[in-house]
Amino acid sequence: MSSISDLPEYRAAAAVSALEADVLVLGGGPSGAWAALTAAAKGARVVLADKGFLGTSGATAAANTTIIHVPPDPALREAAFSRRWANAFEIAERGWIDRVIDATWHNLNRLADWGYPFPTMEDGSSYRGTMRGPDYMRFLRRRLRKAGVTILDQSPALELLVAEGSVAGAAGIDRVSGERWAVRAGAVVLATGGCAFLSKALGTNGLTGDGTLFAAEAGAVFSGMEWSGHYSVSAAFASVTKGIVYFWGTFTDADGNVLAGRDRQSTVAQKLIDGPVYAVLDKASPRIQEGMRKGQPNIFLPFDRMGIDPFTQRFPVTLRYEGTVRGVGGLAIDEDCATSVPGLYAAGDAASRENLVGATSGGGGPNATWAVASGVWAGQTAAAFAARLGRHHASRKARGIGGNGLRPTGTSRDLDTGEIVAAIQREVLPLDKNFFRSERGLTDSLGNLDGLWRDSAAGLVGTGPSIVRARETAAMIATSRLMFASALERRESRGMHRHRDYPTLDPAQSRRLLSGGLDRIWVRPEAGTILKEAIAS
Amino acid sequence: MIELVSAERCTGCNICVSVCPTNVFDAVEDSPPVIARQGDCQTCFMCELYCPVDALYVAHDANLAVAVDELALEDTKVLGSYRKAIGWTADSRPRRASDRSYLLLKPH
Ligand SMILES: Cc1cc2nc3c(=O)[nH]c(=O)nc-3n(C[C@H](O)[C@H](O)[C@H](O)COP(=O)(O)OP(=O)(O)OC[C@H]3O[C@@H](n4cnc5c(N)ncnc54)[C@H](O)[C@@H]3O)c2cc1C
Ligand code: SF4
Ligand code: SF4
Repeated sequence: MSSISDLPEYRAAAAVSALEADVLVLGGGPSGAWAALTAAAKGARVVLADKGFLGTSGATAAANTTIIHVPPDPALREAAFSRRWANAFEIAERGWIDRVIDATWHNLNRLADWGYPFPTMEDGSSYRGTMRGPDYMRFLRRRLRKAGVTILDQSPALELLVAEGSVAGAAGIDRVSGERWAVRAGAVVLATGGCAFLSKALGTNGLTGDGTLFAAEAGAVFSGMEWSGHYSVSAAFASVTKGIVYFWGTFTDADGNVLAGRDRQSTVAQKLIDGPVYAVLDKASPRIQEGMRKGQPNIFLPFDRMGIDPFTQRFPVTLRYEGTVRGVGGLAIDEDCATSVPGLYAAGDAASRENLVGATSGGGGPNATWAVASGVWAGQTAAAFAARLGRHHASRKARGIGGNGLRPTGTSRDLDTGEIVAAIQREVLPLDKNFFRSERGLTDSLGNLDGLWRDSAAGLVGTGPSIVRARETAAMIATSRLMFASALERRESRGMHRHRDYPTLDPAQSRRLLSGGLDRIWVRPEAGTILKEAIAS
Repeated sequence: MIELVSAERCTGCNICVSVCPTNVFDAVEDSPPVIARQGDCQTCFMCELYCPVDALYVAHDANLAVAVDELALEDTKVLGSYRKAIGWTADSRPRRASDRSYLLLKPH
């Protein structure tokens, strides 16, 4: 391997494993798995690195997801489109909605052809509208193995490698052995998921915005970062943020008064700012209870273990922050899932989902659907890009471009990542800062986060395995600044962006906000996108 | 959070060390793994699914450590209950096909 010694940081490391690939996929949730499968099917040599374990990591594995599986019957497709469009607040696009639904239909059927055990309904037919996370991801892992994809588990990427103006691989660490790794690649797919800021929402603690940081370091453009105000209800003590069950719930305040309101999520959020809120799932019929028990057993793990019957006993609830996981914002991409940086592609929650979901990712399974379609497209395009480069790519002179947390610009100091993370969380988790936003609040938060960025860029550095937390910390600061800087520029309320100073939707702002930058964050409206075409339907 | 690696049941296969998404366990030679970074546990219950002998127990609380009594857990048959519920044991396999989630998703 010629190239790795070009990287001074890695020359010093005790051991480096160096690999070569046509396509390197970072992240082993559904979007990364689909990207890797598709690239391999195109004949690419594929390496996939995951921070945790492909099969258990990421939001899908732990949670289970609903997904949109609609046959190509014009009336059914029109209804599916309308459901999405109704929640998109004029930020989505008709053509994208249609093609995402179509691609997912085809690929879920392929999954069935490969032998995936979709559940059967009582009438004996196959039901393909939900994915049981552990089954789905374990199946995809086996399929990847069969396709010859090299999987690096427990191997967080730490930075991208760049050569001749293109992204040319990534480097990271095996956090169990401590060994460093580097993969030279013709193209890289970022499928690192969203960012939930270590809120402990189900399955999200590996999702710290690492891909956002890596891409920002490469100069990439983001879109829709203000669509990041998503919280989900869970029992106050539990991680299980599965909001669907609360459809059959009654919420009450400390005195037992029933909380009512047109927008229940906002009512609960407002009440939680003032004091405790309780719920009981008293509207679930025996049949619905059966659906929950036999379909989503993870709902009951905390209740059963706590000794609470959620259908008859009231329990305290909270809203846990899910950030961009069930938010929307991420890397701006074209219709082939290419980012603005050559050689860099994005899929799943790492990419902006505005084309499909607009201003709110809502219910009904759009995110899981997006993960399939965008994964397939990113894998396809990345493989084609690598093929055009040919084997020559590995002889390019590559360098790592990681900054904050990896290569401090000043004297490295012993900064405590625990304290920095707590300081980030103080800005992004509170409901009165991020569920309900305000000009004043956003400005103050952004000021504090800018300060954290400056200090950590100058002095934060991890050694050994703590390098992972150092980079995660930098990634969370970078992500939160893009979110809040974008939110400040959207002077209205729309979808999951709720602005106290501008409580209504302003039709003149039916356009997207692009953003980017590291030391200096920029935000500007996307040129010429007043997304009105689709309204006609 | 994860509260128990049962020395009684554990075979030392270290699968949990490999599969935990947040790297909570450390392998120990000739012994069961240790819960080395409990504060990093995201209460996802994945380790319970992958432990072949139901030696792990993840308690309900995502924020605070909870004292658990292994004998009591044995008595209530909670060890391995999630693995059974999703059909990941030989005797519970049919439960996979009878996922009734669609009852929640059909128009209501
Ligand atoms: C509780 C809950 C319920 C949900 N329910 C639904 C639903 O019903 N329907 C729906 O459509 N959506 C749902 N979602 C959202 C859905 O789970 C996500 O949109 C989906 O998992 C995105 O897939 P992904 O592959 O992009 O990311 P993920 O599945 O989150 O995977 C990202 C992967 O990247 C890895 N990674 C992160 N950083 C690095 C790094 N530095 N190096 C290497 N790897 C890294 C992580 O370990 C992880 O495995 C839910 C989410 C939650 C939290
Ligand atoms: S997976 Fe189970 S048996 Fe294997 S080491 Fe972990 S606790 Fe022990
Ligand atoms: S519950 Fe999840 S995060 Fe906690 S130890 Fe088990 S696998 Fe790891």
